[in-house]
Amino acid sequence: MKILVMIKQVPDTATQVKIGGDGKQIDTSGITWIVSPYDEFAVEEALRIKEKRGQGEVVAVALGPDRAKEALRSALAMGCDRAIHVNDPALAAADTLTTARVLAAVAKQEAPQLVLCGRQAIDDDMGAVGAQMAEVLGWPCASWIMEEAIDGGGTSVRVGRQVEGGLEVFELPLPAVLSAQKGLNEPRYPTLKGIMGAKKKEIKDVKAADLGVTAAPELSIAALEALPPRPPGRIVPGDVKDAVKELVRALREDAKAI
Amino acid sequence: MAGALWCMVEDDRKGTPKKVMAEVLGEAARLGGPVEAVWLTDKATDDGLKQLGAWGAAKVWLLEDAGLAPYRGEVWAPPVAELAAKESPKAILAPVTSRQREFMARLAARLGAGLAADSVALAMDGDRLVATRPVYAGKLLSRVAWAKQPWMATLRPNVFKPADAQAGKTAAVERVTVTVPAAQMKFVERREEASTGLPELTEAEIVLSGGRGMKGPENYVILEELGGVIGAAVGASRAAVDAGWRPHRFQIGQTGRTISPKLYMGFGVSGAIQHLAGMRTSKVIVAVNKDPEAPIFKIADYGIVADLFEVVPELTKEFKRLLEK
Repeated sequence: MKILVMIKQVPDTATQVKIGGDGKQIDTSGITWIVSPYDEFAVEEALRIKEKRGQGEVVAVALGPDRAKEALRSALAMGCDRAIHVNDPALAAADTLTTARVLAAVAKQEAPQLVLCGRQAIDDDMGAVGAQMAEVLGWPCASWIMEEAIDGGGTSVRVGRQVEGGLEVFELPLPAVLSAQKGLNEPRYPTLKGIMGAKKKEIKDVKAADLGVTAAPELSIAALEALPPRPPGRIVPGDVKDAVKELVRALREDAKAI
Repeated sequence: MAGALWCMVEDDRKGTPKKVMAEVLGEAARLGGPVEAVWLTDKATDDGLKQLGAWGAAKVWLLEDAGLAPYRGEVWAPPVAELAAKESPKAILAPVTSRQREFMARLAARLGAGLAADSVALAMDGDRLVATRPVYAGKLLSRVAWAKQPWMATLRPNVFKPADAQAGKTAAVERVTVTVPAAQMKFVERREEASTGLPELTEAEIVLSGGRGMKGPENYVILEELGGVIGAAVGASRAAVDAGWRPHRFQIGQTGRTISPKLYMGFGVSGAIQHLAGMRTSKVIVAVNKDPEAPIFKIADYGIVADLFEVVPELTKEFKRLLEK
């Protein structure tokens, strides 16, 4: 079974982000980059499917500038077999729909039985690419999955997707798109052998033109802004009994929060 | 009608729109209307239709068919796309819920439209819409605009001002004959979570959150007691979830749920960036922590530097006393 895993390179959560000179993008100097955590769940699940079935191929795909190769190398170090890097300055301002069209075009060329991605990338938090890719491909899609099981013949997958108040279980014919929610698995750390081996694995560079996709974003960033400052808070003094009394009074009378 | 602002209806799966729809419909009216609701359901109730009218929908496009439940994106997107092609709405808005979030993405792809997910503000800039949405773990805000209509956006719950219900205001109901596409995905079952008896995390007006300072899973019962008294949901930080003290569905933060309640109270929560990403748009933030240096105090409106195991029972007692009055 061939599986495509879509990954995105994003700034580490703890990294300080500053607005760049153009006011629309962040200043990327000094940023620590990581594979978006939800995408790591997707990589891990793809590897587990391959291991369980005893055969198959896992291909990591990323859209991004040169530095996105590091993210692909980490996916290869975890155990992916090869990688595809859509690296094209024309796609620098790609919105979710352009991204979905690009990744769907890769999927069409590769013809996998399954596409896995994270439920959202933790930089722009749109959470749209998985479902949009499925729409472009005309495939079924299940988002926020917490569990999956592919049937023996590799023709369908049973998934549990997290919804408010419970889990909804569906059976999807393959090929399909699934997006991973936290709780699906615990991603492995690359082994030293894996890291060394990753250096020899193929990363194929692809341009938008190779995929027949033109970048015409439907949504664009007009400006990035700093958060409005929160009014200064106050520490409620006194012993616990007095502090609690005063806090409850303030919440009811001043803040009218309860 | 052409140029309307459509509001996709989120319901309780029993034929009643959720109260978050008051926020979406209220915002659509504030943007200038005309406001119309689009409701996909297997069974709408009359009360539900009245409710949408009272919240300001001039019209409800009702797509009612047994095949529309439970939600499947591949089944919902085609009929709505077809209707949109006919009616040319100016905007399509929906609340952020598990299904609307996926559905709106799929519909946007089908329509070739832009989507601003999880918006916290919408405003007209001349004759075009601009959405504001948190990015980079909520550390920055991004203002986004569309190349063309329909402007599609999902709205973060508890952020937009709800419409006041106006009794007697009714919506014209237009039933749309739907050809439900053959579903590729088959529904197997729904597994309900064990009910805590407390509100759902993303819908609650008050949220109590327990962090590493809770010391163990057995201690969440004191937060649940307090939650029971004031009608609050109980969540947890990543540290507590990763330690196995609470199931993942209770996690607040970047890799969990994003909440925006009227009142957030963190107990033994340090305030790591990844937690702040999930609760920083809360209206009033209270922090209780033994460590006066805990970063959460920097964004808290009120703080108590003390042992949560002394503060929580005292809070429960104080609220009980007030409610009995």
